[in-house]
Amino acid sequence: MSGIRDVPSPLVGEGQGGGEARRGGRPPTPNPSPQGGGESRWRLGSGGLIDRSRSVGFTFDGRGYRGHPGDTLASALIANGVRLVGRSFKYHRPRGILTAGPEEPNALVELRSGARREPNTRATTAELYDGLVAASQNRWPSLRFDLLSLNSLVAPVLSAGFYYKTFMWPASFWEKVYEPLIRRAAGLGRASGESDPDTYEKAFLHCDVLIVGGGPAGLMAALAAGRTGARVVLCDEDFRLGGRLLAESLVVGERSSAEWAAHIAAELAALPDVRILPRTTVVGSYDDGTYSALERVNDHLAEPPEHEPRQRLWRIFAKRCVLAAGAIERPLVFGDNDRPGVMLAGAVRAYLNRYAAVPGRNAVVFAAGDETARTVGDLSRAGVRVEAIVDARTEVPASIEAAAKASGARLLAGGAVVRAIGSHAVRAVDIRTAKGETERIACDLLAMSGGWSPTLHLTSHRGSKPVWDERIAAFVPGALPKGMSTSGAAGGRLGLLEALETGARAGLEAAGDCGYAGQPVEVPEVEPESTVFAPLWRVRGPKAKAFVDFQNDVSEDDVALAAHEGMRSVEHLKRYTTLGMAADQGKTSNVTGLALMAELTARSIPQTGTTTFRPPFAPVAIGAIAGHHRGKEFRPTRLPPSHRWAQEQGAVFVETGYWLRAQWYPRPGESDWLESVSREVRTVRSGVGVCDVSTLGKIDVQGPDAAEFLNRIYTNTWTNLAVGRARYGLMLREDGFVLDDGTTSRLAEHRFIVTTTTANAAKVLQHMEYCHQWLWPELDVAMCSITEQWAQFSVAGPCSRDVLRGVVDPQHDISNAAFPYMAAAEVSAMGGIQARLFRLSFSGELAYEIAVPAGYGDALIRRIMEAGREFAIAPYGTEALGVMRIEKGHVAGNEINGQTTARDLGLGRMMSSRKDYVGRVMADRPALLAPDRPTFVGLKPVDRTARLRAGAHFVPVGAEAVAAVDQGYMTSVAFSPALGHWVGLGLLAGGASRHGERVRAYDPVRSGDELVEVCDPVFYDPAGERLRG
Amino acid sequence: MRIDCCYCGPRGNEEFAYLGDATLARPPADPAAPLDDAARAQWHDYVYLRDNPAGPHRELWQHVSGCRAWLVVTRDTRTHEVVKVEFAREVALARVGAKP
Amino acid sequence: MHYSIFSLIGQALRGNTGWQPVWRDAELKPAYDIVIVGGGGHGLATAFYLAKEHGIRNVAVLEKGYLGSGNVGRNTTIIRSNYLLPGNIPFYEWSMKLWEGLEQDLNYNAMVSQRGVINLFHSDAQRDAYARRGNAMRLNGVDAELLDQAQIRAMLPYLDFDNARFPIQGGLLQRRGGTVRHDAVAWGYARGASDRGVDLVQHCEVTGIRVEGGRVVGVDTSKGFVRAGKVGLACAGNSSRVAALAGLRLPIESHVLQAFVSEGIKPLVDNVITFGAGHFYISQSDKGGLVFGGDIDGYNSYAQRGNLPAIEDVCESGMALMPMIGRLRLLRSWGGLMDMSMDGSPIIDRTPIENLYLNAGWCYGGFKATPASGWCFAHTIARNEPHALNAAFRLDRFATGHLIDEKGVGAQPNLH
Repeated sequence: MSGIRDVPSPLVGEGQGGGEARRGGRPPTPNPSPQGGGESRWRLGSGGLIDRSRSVGFTFDGRGYRGHPGDTLASALIANGVRLVGRSFKYHRPRGILTAGPEEPNALVELRSGARREPNTRATTAELYDGLVAASQNRWPSLRFDLLSLNSLVAPVLSAGFYYKTFMWPASFWEKVYEPLIRRAAGLGRASGESDPDTYEKAFLHCDVLIVGGGPAGLMAALAAGRTGARVVLCDEDFRLGGRLLAESLVVGERSSAEWAAHIAAELAALPDVRILPRTTVVGSYDDGTYSALERVNDHLAEPPEHEPRQRLWRIFAKRCVLAAGAIERPLVFGDNDRPGVMLAGAVRAYLNRYAAVPGRNAVVFAAGDETARTVGDLSRAGVRVEAIVDARTEVPASIEAAAKASGARLLAGGAVVRAIGSHAVRAVDIRTAKGETERIACDLLAMSGGWSPTLHLTSHRGSKPVWDERIAAFVPGALPKGMSTSGAAGGRLGLLEALETGARAGLEAAGDCGYAGQPVEVPEVEPESTVFAPLWRVRGPKAKAFVDFQNDVSEDDVALAAHEGMRSVEHLKRYTTLGMAADQGKTSNVTGLALMAELTARSIPQTGTTTFRPPFAPVAIGAIAGHHRGKEFRPTRLPPSHRWAQEQGAVFVETGYWLRAQWYPRPGESDWLESVSREVRTVRSGVGVCDVSTLGKIDVQGPDAAEFLNRIYTNTWTNLAVGRARYGLMLREDGFVLDDGTTSRLAEHRFIVTTTTANAAKVLQHMEYCHQWLWPELDVAMCSITEQWAQFSVAGPCSRDVLRGVVDPQHDISNAAFPYMAAAEVSAMGGIQARLFRLSFSGELAYEIAVPAGYGDALIRRIMEAGREFAIAPYGTEALGVMRIEKGHVAGNEINGQTTARDLGLGRMMSSRKDYVGRVMADRPALLAPDRPTFVGLKPVDRTARLRAGAHFVPVGAEAVAAVDQGYMTSVAFSPALGHWVGLGLLAGGASRHGERVRAYDPVRSGDELVEVCDPVFYDPAGERLRG
Repeated sequence: MRIDCCYCGPRGNEEFAYLGDATLARPPADPAAPLDDAARAQWHDYVYLRDNPAGPHRELWQHVSGCRAWLVVTRDTRTHEVVKVEFAREVALARVGAKP
Repeated sequence: MHYSIFSLIGQALRGNTGWQPVWRDAELKPAYDIVIVGGGGHGLATAFYLAKEHGIRNVAVLEKGYLGSGNVGRNTTIIRSNYLLPGNIPFYEWSMKLWEGLEQDLNYNAMVSQRGVINLFHSDAQRDAYARRGNAMRLNGVDAELLDQAQIRAMLPYLDFDNARFPIQGGLLQRRGGTVRHDAVAWGYARGASDRGVDLVQHCEVTGIRVEGGRVVGVDTSKGFVRAGKVGLACAGNSSRVAALAGLRLPIESHVLQAFVSEGIKPLVDNVITFGAGHFYISQSDKGGLVFGGDIDGYNSYAQRGNLPAIEDVCESGMALMPMIGRLRLLRSWGGLMDMSMDGSPIIDRTPIENLYLNAGWCYGGFKATPASGWCFAHTIARNEPHALNAAFRLDRFATGHLIDEKGVGAQPNLH
């Protein structure tokens, strides 16, 4: 591995480096002369976990820079001396890099360009690649000069929630003037506005132990669990395992911390049942050990390689989960604490140690914790002059005094930084000494630390409430969700030794819970370290903006105003000031905001509230959550058996649910759909046509109680249906409204084939299974869907019998006498192929439906066409099917819409009074029997040339069209070739008794208003003679 | 959320269809018996009223994308924890005193 | 105190120290004329209109958490009155009219933004169903326009028109529909009610409802017993639990609905758009986040959190509709508890218990209804009879069969 080598440091040479440094992989000397790849004096001459053998170029705001593989965009910018990287949300204040991780509130950039532009990308986690293009956001005209920074001048007026108190006059100005201005000013980065060109994947993963985080605790946990043989998955959001071990110059056993991490990673990689997922963030924790994790498969490249996804969303099912996600450092609140160059101490150490990038030349360190010693040590070893150590505590430990001595820094115990000076970069800091005097110290870097908050988000996702831990002045996980344990900093154990120990224990326990025993892993020797720090949240100082939530520009004053206006609960604070609601979800600000509110309202922090974290832990590309379900692949496509043949015929297709059905079959010379459809209808009525009706639901029902079962789910009677006969049936829901209809045939004493509408096939099957398994389990009956297994075609028209004689095998007599209307039989066709023949008619013509196993569907349609050639047979689609059913006044989906009763549809006579059935009782409620309910009628335009439209409402002639006179609506319409004009079906108040009346079909949304005549819904062959011929 | 189907084993909840309260019993339905107010009230309660408890809830799910068995799942509506899964038909058979 | 640009400037000059609390955090008194259970949008609006429209000010609103901690702060902020059925349209249209005057009514800017709500359709049958709906709206004097594909393309060029599994054929547009800053609605009503003398009591959970001789006399709370002339329940999500305190069973199930917001971006989506071939609706907040949602998870829940399948389904629908959002990031998802009623429509009515009133069953449509719900509930409580606008939202409609089933899916709450 490229990385830390022991390069002697001048300071260490003088024996002032402190024990830690003498033992450690230590950051080497700076190289004052610009070197490798146009890099500057901001990159150390050697060291860091970057590949100096290669140099990569990138641009920021159009200017070219160079960095190394192993850099993040943030470290590369620092190594190029770039400090100003963004503008804040509200006041457009200049901002620099604050952190070295995903919690970054300031350094958000637009990464990539064109359709691949990704707004709000954290520079601190964006892996550097050759040709990377990044731009700052939310500024105009430029990052250095941003007009809207003028907002700062009126900041007092732009106090928390100011917009609730103004923009109210004149009322009409809100949408027209105020809001557009606000919307333009708000938001951060710009979306590309173009379709995402990349692809995404979803994948499932099952394991015994999921370990979240590859730092010291996570590595130990993975090792302990992995050695037991348990199936272990280790996810780390970084592209390199180690976490804090890479960011610090620590010693583990005989190795530098980074080398130890690599060593453990290597052993883990060698274990057969351990799977390491780098660049993978576990973003959500859900019920029953389900976790979602985002793998950034190719975000470290300019573009994903061909056939590879950009990202992959894992759904991980884990018996146990060890949360080892570390902790997030907190900023301190003081005047102008957001100036570029003010950085978290941990981030400063990370940039020095891991990236050999120098965030400043003259540093001041401000904190109230013992870690300061390490910060100072790392800085001075890197050749950064530490001007002062400001520790809010009056009593500072020896380690810090030693660090001060070693680095030659002034130690200001009991002091505090009250203000940062400078605008685009910090130039100095004002310090209030223990004596209360204020003095200004020049510096270009302020390393601050307000302590650490455990990264406990995943525990909170499942509703476990964090508890306050005075020991580290932070929230730690409370009662953990089932199957989850924590280790290391995530559990409030901030020290390295604790991390290793708790990790080893948690890993072993988790594996043990899954039935894998093993030996405890030996914890390597590490330097004892003190993680003590005194609670310090804010510093009172001169009037200057002191920020709590950097990204949303929520200042101390805003929190005070919220308290003042009674927005005191943590949720009110959040919602009123927007604290914690920015893209970082308050990772660095929530606890501080809570602490300030507690202080302002004289309550303890736990009394004030806890923070609730919601998924995802880190923002996730919406495309990744959708995976490949987009475009044509959004949902599956079901193809009827004749699809290929229909394509050959040049059919026009239509989506009906997941099915793709032939809508009509245009012929050369036909000018529009109406001409084709009308021709198909005429062909059926005068000769013969064929239509694929395989999409209708088919359910095979068998058993001694099959007939009794049908009696209970249908309104009409089935026990008296003869074998070899079919019958039309009607089903209700238990609430008495119509569920579905269809024709069901009795093939044998104990065997029925139920058909449903295409739309309700799944619903009806589910309903029948419910009725059998739950309502009447004692019935000896079984059922199964055979919709997919059987291809079924309707052959309709006066010549249909002649055509079928050429399809059905000759031994079967299908004459009218032998096979009358509503006959059903199992036959053979096309020379011995198993088939079913039904004498059914939806069209009103002499018609049959013939079914064969789906695999023969294509052969059957070709055979039917061949047999029908001499009769000029033509295929017809769903449109012609619809026209003929409307001409015949059959109800369909438009009428069976879940709001109609059997009586509404004129099917009351089908409700048996001699037996019970689903829906019988509730159908008898007063409102369902009301005479003025809209009932099923037919409608003709008075002006026969007029077109009718479904969805038009019926209003009385001569009355003003208002809701009070609304009498129903048109459900279905068609142009009837038989009648030569448009006809309609509808639901009209008291319609059954109004035949002959005229009403208006009022259709304002399409500027329609037609006079129509109410009539019987059966327009064609009312006597029904044709279908019996 | 995962449901341990009696037949298929643990599966994600997206494979199941939810119906609801499994403690409801369909009232006696003799077409000859008159529908008096008591009977109507009984049917109204069956079709429309729910206890909707916050806590353990016996409910009907169907493994539609699996074995298609209807299941009686006992689940805590506050935590989503599934504590028991039974074949609905077996529960129903016990209810009517018949054998599988 | 009156809010205006002048008060803002005046206060700014005084260092913003002169502001008064948005509402009085009241101590619980022993007795009230009316006690409203539930300090969410509907409860607070009810109290406001009781005081404003009926002059009844001796009123307490009891909230077990913080004001607005329920669904008023957990929704996708959409307002519309594009309903289908007679029982619904006039009510939701009245709500829309109240929204239109809200800032002036409350002297509080809840950012009512009439950006237009578009329901897309993807088949002839869906088009006709939307025509039926649009015509019903027009008959009720509500604005509705049926747009064809070309018109939709002109308005929303970024939708997937050319590679869609379910091609967009057009949409039903209600221009007056839009969005409102949800929390501000709770705060605005709270402020308005408080200014009129209503006691708003936070962290006060109702633990019992006392009934004597078939008449309600008060409620037991975590802060003691409160005598009440009348009690109104407005605690959607938990209606069944609270009603059970009075021995009532309701035609309601509690379900979880998840909602989502993306990272803040510059203006991208101007309108409220609803996908017709999947569960997805989206708008963009003034702060820049894309706010979107879909279907309920589909099982009884009081957990205020959902699961992955519903989240994936929503994002799949989003990508199918507007593939430009692929690289934008989901920032936060959360869950709210829905009072899913048996016909998908709400209940605002008296109950079998005298002086006990019920406001419940809002399914996932409660936010847009907030003003009219409060207005009608206040009327129903004050006059002891429903107003014509909520006359259809009766509790006994399930027995009589006067259902208001917009979707026509029947007595199964998770399908509404």
